[in-house]
Amino acid sequence: MTSTEPIVSVRNVSKYYDDNCVLERLSLDVESGSICTIVGASGCGKSTFLRMLLSQERPSRGSLLVDGKPIAAEPTPDRGIVFQRYSVFSHLTVEENLLLVREVETAPMAARLFGVARRQALEDIEETLEKIGLTGARKQFPSQLSGGMQQRLAIAQTLLKRPKILLLDEPFGALDPGIRSDMHELLKGIWQENLMTVFMVTHDISEAFKLGTRLLVFDKRRYDPHDSSAYGATVTYDLDLYKQQSTANLPAIESIVGGHRAVEKGKKP
Amino acid sequence: MRIINRKPSRIASMYLAAIPFVLAVLAYVYASNRRLAENPSDKLLPSPYSMWMAFERMAFQPDRRTGDYLLWVDTFDSLVRLSAGMAVSTLAAVTIGVLIGFIPHVRATLAPFIATFSLIPPITVLPILFIFVGLGEASKIALIVVGTAPILIRSTAQSVMSIPRETIIKAETLGANVWQMLLRLVLPQTLPSLINSIRLALIPAWIFLISAEAIASTSGLGYRIFLVRRFLAMDVILPYVIWITLLAYILDRLLLLLSRRMFPWFHLHGESL
Repeated sequence: MTSTEPIVSVRNVSKYYDDNCVLERLSLDVESGSICTIVGASGCGKSTFLRMLLSQERPSRGSLLVDGKPIAAEPTPDRGIVFQRYSVFSHLTVEENLLLVREVETAPMAARLFGVARRQALEDIEETLEKIGLTGARKQFPSQLSGGMQQRLAIAQTLLKRPKILLLDEPFGALDPGIRSDMHELLKGIWQENLMTVFMVTHDISEAFKLGTRLLVFDKRRYDPHDSSAYGATVTYDLDLYKQQSTANLPAIESIVGGHRAVEKGKKP
Repeated sequence: MRIINRKPSRIASMYLAAIPFVLAVLAYVYASNRRLAENPSDKLLPSPYSMWMAFERMAFQPDRRTGDYLLWVDTFDSLVRLSAGMAVSTLAAVTIGVLIGFIPHVRATLAPFIATFSLIPPITVLPILFIFVGLGEASKIALIVVGTAPILIRSTAQSVMSIPRETIIKAETLGANVWQMLLRLVLPQTLPSLINSIRLALIPAWIFLISAEAIASTSGLGYRIFLVRRFLAMDVILPYVIWITLLAYILDRLLLLLSRRMFPWFHLHGESL
């Protein structure tokens, strides 16, 4: 996809919780089809930024545009989300979790499919189950699955809705390194197939470099030693990973991501 | 090994569980024997045999006056009142409680009212109920409702509110409307803990049932034990108390079983009492 119109525009966005400034005058345009990886120290507002893109929270100041229009006031199907936890429905089995997407789409009152329609829908999710390697676990509940399997299910469920924008909030944070790189492959493949725009918050810098087409580093420009909440974070590094594959900035970024953790303690992540 | 890490085997658990029961029975039999040896017509601690005879009379011989098998009539009447009251309370929890938990405007409107209402000691409402709805079935059922509905509504609302926000947002991003979320997410996630709350609410429900029956009734388990109290008929009262306890226990186990059958995902981890 090569559109010149940015799919997401952030215009001078600030976010306060009471007097606590989390994000400060954040401005950026994101092109359709990019993978924006977002890193930063704990409490630097990267998850807050993601929640604003999800309409879970609103900016205190400034505006967010999706496709040139102000962002919807509540979560909508055009923006899919995978959280670190609780991304799938714990009371539904693997196949019921996937089936639910179709059921919600086609049965507004019952939210359930029966008979032929249900069998058809079950056949349709067969391929997805295969792809995420959960065919054998289809009758199991999420809590019976490993962390990696749960996140594969969560991603698959989200993608069934074909969102234009996929938001990932530390989706692999709780996974083992080996499983993590499997998930990276899965995500890359999905992205290439669907050509959507991805925003991914992560703590893992190498993951951010490996997966992203663009890397955003959230950090504070100004710092008040007496009141750490006086100034908010903004984007301090904005790297186009397509053009410059260099990792020249890596040490600086690493110090940002790791550095403020002690200072930032006790703040809302 | 530390005592917190030592777990009894299945069979050992059964024996251990039996010990307090056996000791209680032995203590009773001993005390009863002592008293009866001194005074064979003592009524306070009847022998197990005379209790069995009384139980047999209540359960398997028609009453001389009415021709009814009193134990079964009493049991039936009491269970009808109990289940009617619990059904109304459960319905209130599933509707009002779920809406309070899920819809902020309903919560703002009703939560303070329910919280206040739940603080009224239910027994104080009983005379009001007697005056307004009379001494019939309605007042006894209403007392159970007054006593259990607020707890059930509040605990249901609380369990709806403790559904992870992420889950609800996920449902929104899948395009679910509010009705669909209620049907496929909120209710299924709430019902197992509702069953738990019902099991707990049955304890006060029994108290209100027996109280209402004791004060104004012509049948029921509570009516019977308070009736025969006048004749100091411990040989009837004690078996009735055991019978009521047994009924309460069976109801509790049935609800647990129901929950395990219907909501296997809820019982995957951890033991439950």
